[in-house]
Amino acid sequence: MLNEYYPLVVISMIAIALGFFVVLLGSILGPRRPTQHKGQPYESGMIPYGPGTRRISVRYYLVAVLFILFDIEVVFFLPWAVAFRKLGVSGFILMVIFAVILEIAFVYAWKKGALEWE
Amino acid sequence: MNLSDYYAITPLVFLVCWAIFLLLVDLWIPAGRKGITALLSAAGLLIALVLVLRSGEQVLTAFEGSVVVDGFSVFLSVLFLVSALAGIALAHDYLQRLGLERGEYYPLLLISTSGMMLMTYAYDLIEVFLALELLSIPLYILAGFSRLNLESEEASLKYFLLGAFSSGFVLYGVGLVFAATGYTDFPGIAKAAQNGSLNPTLFLIGAGLVLTGFGFKSALVPFHMWSPDVYQGAPSPVTAFMSVGAKAAGFAALLRVFVVVFPGMSVNLTPLLWALAALTMFVGNIVALVQSNIKRLLAYSSIAHSGYLLMAFVPYGNASVRSDAIAGMLFYLAAYCLTTFGAWAVVIALEKAEGKGLELEDYAGLGHRYPFLAATMTIFLLSFTGVPLTLGFWGKFYLFSTAVEGGFWQLALIGLLTSLISAYYYLRVVVIMYMRPGTPQVQRNFWPLLTSGVGALAVVILGIAPGVLLNLAVSALLKGL
Amino acid sequence: MIFLEKNIADPLLNLAPLVILFPLLGLAINLLLGRRLGEKGAGVVASLASGSSFVISLLLTLSLQAHPQAFTLPLFQWISIGSLSVSWDMRVDTLSTTMMLVVSGVGTLIHVYAIGYMYNDVHHQGDVGRYRRFFVFFNLFIAAMMLLVSANNYLVLFVGWEGVGLCSYLLIGFWFEKGKDGIGNARAAQKAFVVNRIGDFGLLIALFMMFWWFGSLEFERVFNAARSLAPAQQGVLLAMTLFMLMGVAGKSAQLPLYVWLPDAMAGPTPVSALIHAATMVTAGVYLIARSQPLFALAPAAQGVICWVGALTALLAATIAVGQMDIKKVLAYSTISQLGFMVAAVGMGAITAGMFHLITHAFFKALLFLAAGSVIMGMEGANTVAHHHAGNPEEEIDPQDMRNMGGLQKRMPLTYGVYLVGALALAGIAPLAGFFSKDEILVSLWDYSLPIFLLLLLTSFLTAFYMGRQVLMVFAGKARSQAAQQASESPKVITIPLLILAVLSLLGGLINLPGVATLEKWLEHTVAMPEAGHFSPAIALSSTLLALLGLALAWVLYGYRSLAKLQQSDPLANYLGVIFHAVQNQWWIDSLYQRVFVIPYRYISHEVLAQWFDQETIDTMAHDLGRWNQWFARVLSYLQNGFVRTYGLVVLLGVVVMLAFLATR
Repeated sequence: MLNEYYPLVVISMIAIALGFFVVLLGSILGPRRPTQHKGQPYESGMIPYGPGTRRISVRYYLVAVLFILFDIEVVFFLPWAVAFRKLGVSGFILMVIFAVILEIAFVYAWKKGALEWE
Repeated sequence: MNLSDYYAITPLVFLVCWAIFLLLVDLWIPAGRKGITALLSAAGLLIALVLVLRSGEQVLTAFEGSVVVDGFSVFLSVLFLVSALAGIALAHDYLQRLGLERGEYYPLLLISTSGMMLMTYAYDLIEVFLALELLSIPLYILAGFSRLNLESEEASLKYFLLGAFSSGFVLYGVGLVFAATGYTDFPGIAKAAQNGSLNPTLFLIGAGLVLTGFGFKSALVPFHMWSPDVYQGAPSPVTAFMSVGAKAAGFAALLRVFVVVFPGMSVNLTPLLWALAALTMFVGNIVALVQSNIKRLLAYSSIAHSGYLLMAFVPYGNASVRSDAIAGMLFYLAAYCLTTFGAWAVVIALEKAEGKGLELEDYAGLGHRYPFLAATMTIFLLSFTGVPLTLGFWGKFYLFSTAVEGGFWQLALIGLLTSLISAYYYLRVVVIMYMRPGTPQVQRNFWPLLTSGVGALAVVILGIAPGVLLNLAVSALLKGL
Repeated sequence: MIFLEKNIADPLLNLAPLVILFPLLGLAINLLLGRRLGEKGAGVVASLASGSSFVISLLLTLSLQAHPQAFTLPLFQWISIGSLSVSWDMRVDTLSTTMMLVVSGVGTLIHVYAIGYMYNDVHHQGDVGRYRRFFVFFNLFIAAMMLLVSANNYLVLFVGWEGVGLCSYLLIGFWFEKGKDGIGNARAAQKAFVVNRIGDFGLLIALFMMFWWFGSLEFERVFNAARSLAPAQQGVLLAMTLFMLMGVAGKSAQLPLYVWLPDAMAGPTPVSALIHAATMVTAGVYLIARSQPLFALAPAAQGVICWVGALTALLAATIAVGQMDIKKVLAYSTISQLGFMVAAVGMGAITAGMFHLITHAFFKALLFLAAGSVIMGMEGANTVAHHHAGNPEEEIDPQDMRNMGGLQKRMPLTYGVYLVGALALAGIAPLAGFFSKDEILVSLWDYSLPIFLLLLLTSFLTAFYMGRQVLMVFAGKARSQAAQQASESPKVITIPLLILAVLSLLGGLINLPGVATLEKWLEHTVAMPEAGHFSPAIALSSTLLALLGLALAWVLYGYRSLAKLQQSDPLANYLGVIFHAVQNQWWIDSLYQRVFVIPYRYISHEVLAQWFDQETIDTMAHDLGRWNQWFARVLSYLQNGFVRTYGLVVLLGVVVMLAFLATR
């Protein structure tokens, strides 16, 4: 049963080997003249300022998590909306329960002050 | 999907709803009065207990066969609910004392408990995975509940990383089993395994990976590495709950999956279980010898107890021993639950802020200053050792006799020798408590004292009359056995 | 759980567990709330608990009256391992209810008495806090004894048996820091416990044999199995019953294990009364009565028991003659009377033995409690004299009869009841002791003449030493200041005494010759051989002998009563060396000390503890331990705290597992 996958294994091994080979070739054959500007991080053409690893406020994470909350809501809502008629009343009830749980989480986050920016 | 499906899992539904409700209610309970949340959650657990016991002995099937409620799940659900109650009893004063009083503790505990209960209902590998995550994720958070304490954070992160790692193994194992048989529900897989219409190598590897995941939850060697660090770093009530709940849930899954799904594979899986059991008993007991921190000591002891439990399960393929093995393991889990919570209650009574009061030396003089605590602790340690007239003795007795009955007397011998070693480190605590001078400081709060008192009483009374508990364990049969 | 059996004859029988639960309840209340109850409260609670137990026993008896067949109440499955299955059942039949009535009835009276007595005692000894502890132990004692008599199998009986032993240990050593050299009482307690353990060991072996040969420990099954086994394996039954006898000898203080009982008076007087009269020592007699079907199958064992009982009776009676301590005389008299009972039940005369057990419980409890009243009077006066006169004389031993005398006038009520008890014990008609002793003698007349004669001689000695005691304590003139100033005890003490005195007077009624109430009652449970009939000749001769004993006592101690404090016993003049031997208990105690205790201590200390344990075993253990610790250190290097290492270990484990599985 697994035999038919052998070509796949061969191809991926060739691909990996080729990748290594090309990079290796470049580093061997290519000229290397490093300057300070070349070594700097690329920031879309802007002149970089400050250290490369900066601290980001924890609030960004809170917002990100809240974003995921609604993101998941949407991910579930869309397919449900498509199959709304098929799923009928029970589907509707389940979806309401789902939404209520998510809203409780939202209320929790709100009350805890996750939305207050300073 | 209809209402009778929900009827079968009423306790679970109730518990989850109650947890969410509590999360909301807790927002309006002022800091310093979180005892209300604790009481409410305890009330919820009691109601859930009533709901669990309501179904009694009948066997219910729901959600197209992916959920089964039988005697086995009722027994373990009760165990989990009692554990959660103990977890709450131990927590409130402790959290207050260490300045961690936040209401989230209780809903998280409830959700984890519901995950454990789901584990006992699960009759489908997907369901098993769901339960595994549902019980684990709150535990990851709880392990780091002492947010400002570095050790607690470290414990949480380690637990999370390694937990995710092992979840990956389980999921991969489920995938391979599905690939080999085309089913994820237990009867389907079992049927396919009987027909021989599967790829045996894939199937076996899948089983091995699933075993890895369960072994991680139950802290079997070599998947145990997380447990000493996490047990030490996590807040003590969480550790107590984790060491009973998560372990029992891991074994519940192991029992159900292996007995229902992989009985035919026992020829190949039994040597593996044998090696795991021997290794776990050996490493757990040996390494515990050199521990000087009570939490780490109990962590290694809990690893060793997993080894004893697994030992009885080794002959699971032998149909005549199987039901004995399950009964013995359930009995042992109940005994372990009572003993562990009692012992942790004593640990909590002695623990001070910033991880002080946890060294074995801090127990010096306890026997003279606080005879009640020292006496209960002695009972628990004797029960852990398996001294006759304690519950632990009967637990070990049934496990060992099952192993011998199944023809694995060598394993029983290893168990016997390693429990001999365990006597050294358990009794060392007793020696320190009674024979070294010292002035231990103890927080005498009602609930932890009650927990240890009730635990000690139960350990002794049931140790004198184990028949009551054994009858319950024997009648808590798996469906289809 | 308790009320499982619904379809039983009488719902009243369902109350049976309460006979054990009530004392336990009293115990729990005293243990948990005792401090709030205040002094005396503890005693009242304990007495009520014991009294309730008595009421339940009465109800059970009444219920059995209507339908006297034995009844078993299953409580729960206790142990089930392999083929051994022991359930915790209660057996209610005529024999067990009889024992329950005696235990709880006499026990309750002693409880009430102890309310007053212990109040004085704890104040006298200077530790008021132990009042409560005393009643906790007392209730535990009753509970253990109830457990023993209500058991339906030998194992549960054994639990009660051990419980009784434990309680006796706790109570004999109640004032554990007092006594000779500050450890005298503790030594006495230890002695009682160790000697009892020797007996228990025999009983345990008997139980093992039962399980081995019969596969069960339940009474009925054991008896049935024994009946089918008896013809083929006579030796097994003989060994089993003799091992059982060893247990009996330990608990009921028979030769050669009687030595603990005289020392047991180190406990407070109510304890002596409880141990000697109602509980503990009767357990052995009960065991033989209960196992009568077994003994009936081993006639040789019956003979041995009979001889043991008779010899014990005689030996103890001779020792009692030479004792000076008021309680020691009673202690040896108990051993002697137990010899009567054991001889009777040993030969199968269950009714006679049980009858004597009951009457003895009445008058021996009476005697002990009255003796306690005397001691209390002496002690009180002693202390008062001490305080007032500023230590005019050495504090005297309030239990030494040489210090008493003339108490008849100071304590008239105590004197009266003491006289009743003494006459009952001496076997003077028509008091309780007369009927029961006579019945034993009649039964033995048919069984064996030598034993009959031994016991007849014992009856004579019994009357003599009781006469001696009464005369020394109550007659004549006071020989010490304490005896002069002794005063009568309060009501809480005298009322139980009066009740017991009435019982001692009328106790014979329960099995009058010709009516035989007790015999008909017990016949429902125990199959009995034809009992001996009342014989006027024997009754007359034993009564005459008893009167002769009393007369002799009067000649020696009453006619010319002792005058001085330290006067030597007049008997010593006539008997010389023999009296000296008797006074020193025939040197049996020191013989035991030389032959058993000292060599045993030597072996255990020098050989086993020093050489074998400390040197051989410990070296092995230490080496093993060191090796293990080293191994543990090696293993814990792996536990370095890095998640990456942990992950790697998990991964390696998985790889090895999968490699194993993939190659299958």
